[in-house]
Amino acid sequence: MPWDREQMAARAAQELQDGTYVNLGIGIPTLVSNYIPEGVEVTLQSENGMLGMGPFPYDGEEDPDLINAGKQTITELPHTSYFDSAMSFGMIRGGKIAMAILGAMEVAENGDLANWMIPKKLVKGMGGAMDLVAGVQRVVVVMDHTNKAGESKLLKECTLPLTGKGVVDRIITNLGVLDVVEGGLRIVECAVGVSEEELRAATAGTIVE
Amino acid sequence: MNKVYGSAAEALDGLLFDGMFIAAGGFGLCGIPELLLQSIKDAGTKDLTFASNNAGVDDFGIGILLQTKQVKKMISSYVGENAEFMRQYLSGELELEFNPQGTLAERMRSAGCGIPGFYTKTGVGTQIAEGKEHKDFNGETYILETGLFADLSIVKAWKADTTGNLVFNKTARNFNPPAAMCGKVCVVEVEEIVQPGELDPDKIHLPGVYVHRIIQGEHEKRIEKVTTRKREQA
Repeated sequence: MPWDREQMAARAAQELQDGTYVNLGIGIPTLVSNYIPEGVEVTLQSENGMLGMGPFPYDGEEDPDLINAGKQTITELPHTSYFDSAMSFGMIRGGKIAMAILGAMEVAENGDLANWMIPKKLVKGMGGAMDLVAGVQRVVVVMDHTNKAGESKLLKECTLPLTGKGVVDRIITNLGVLDVVEGGLRIVECAVGVSEEELRAATAGTIVE
Repeated sequence: MNKVYGSAAEALDGLLFDGMFIAAGGFGLCGIPELLLQSIKDAGTKDLTFASNNAGVDDFGIGILLQTKQVKKMISSYVGENAEFMRQYLSGELELEFNPQGTLAERMRSAGCGIPGFYTKTGVGTQIAEGKEHKDFNGETYILETGLFADLSIVKAWKADTTGNLVFNKTARNFNPPAAMCGKVCVVEVEEIVQPGELDPDKIHLPGVYVHRIIQGEHEKRIEKVTTRKREQA
């Protein structure tokens, strides 16, 4: 059985290092905050200008002046700080944020990432993704291993416009965990019930030992 | 020094012209200068170029100026929430320049600090870098991005004193300070205007030197995505 969304998020949460500042992207990465391991304290950054992002508000307590980068209403915590967008991306570009966990459309065996645009189809914009992958110390991608047509999203080369070149460190999919290393992708672990053969067969990029 | 005006229309009087370049604060619908945008719509100024992180939604924010076809070009990082925008862009009626969000913020901030260009790693190896100067520093490659010098800044703050010192509220600060800094003239709309001395000088987010005209008004403050959790059963 491959991992489901929640299991992928739980696995990604194991990547969090105690005492660090982390940025979580939209989609499955947002769920990671539900699985932060006991004894690990991380401060979540929201790139629209907040460190110390709290949970969603209770019904009736939404504040239009308090949203996350996905435009959802959120709450603050005792250690929260607010700042403007220029400072927010200053700390991202300046390498002060330890890790970004984000979704992807394609990842290449050299760590190239594509997650912002499908020409002539999806033209929404990159938001903060290009700044994040260029600036944070470690980039972890969480995504399905294959697309809806069953084709591998881990490729020799990306076919879509890039978000960043050689930026991905680790990929967590429904089938397992892979690292970007010299020469290609290295299998770190398989999802429970997924064999290494299945993982290899679903991966178009080069797998190295 | 009194910078307070009676209405958005009075505050914008003499500042608007066709083909002008406006920097606007806000992130999504949070902290947008909604009263000034409405007034620009009413003024009918055309062929506008906007530097703004987003383009609003169809009937709020910059979206209301798209409906009236007053916008010629957008410089933005994300425009996903606006169907009319997409229609005008795909049909070629509207120009669009995508900027990575941090690059956009820094282009505004740097212009306001007298810095016409800066090097950044963001976008190296992507289509954003095409045609831009590349330069290596300490073994890493960077690209040259330029400051955005706007004709006019329109921003939303929480409070101002009459001399233009500004305080923002929570994540409604976002692009407002950098947008305020990069214009020749900056017009601010706030929820409350107070007298000098009523704001703690140590807690001013943007000093009044960047602010030229201020209006106070009622804000709708629409929420784009209301997201809540259930209360635990007692």
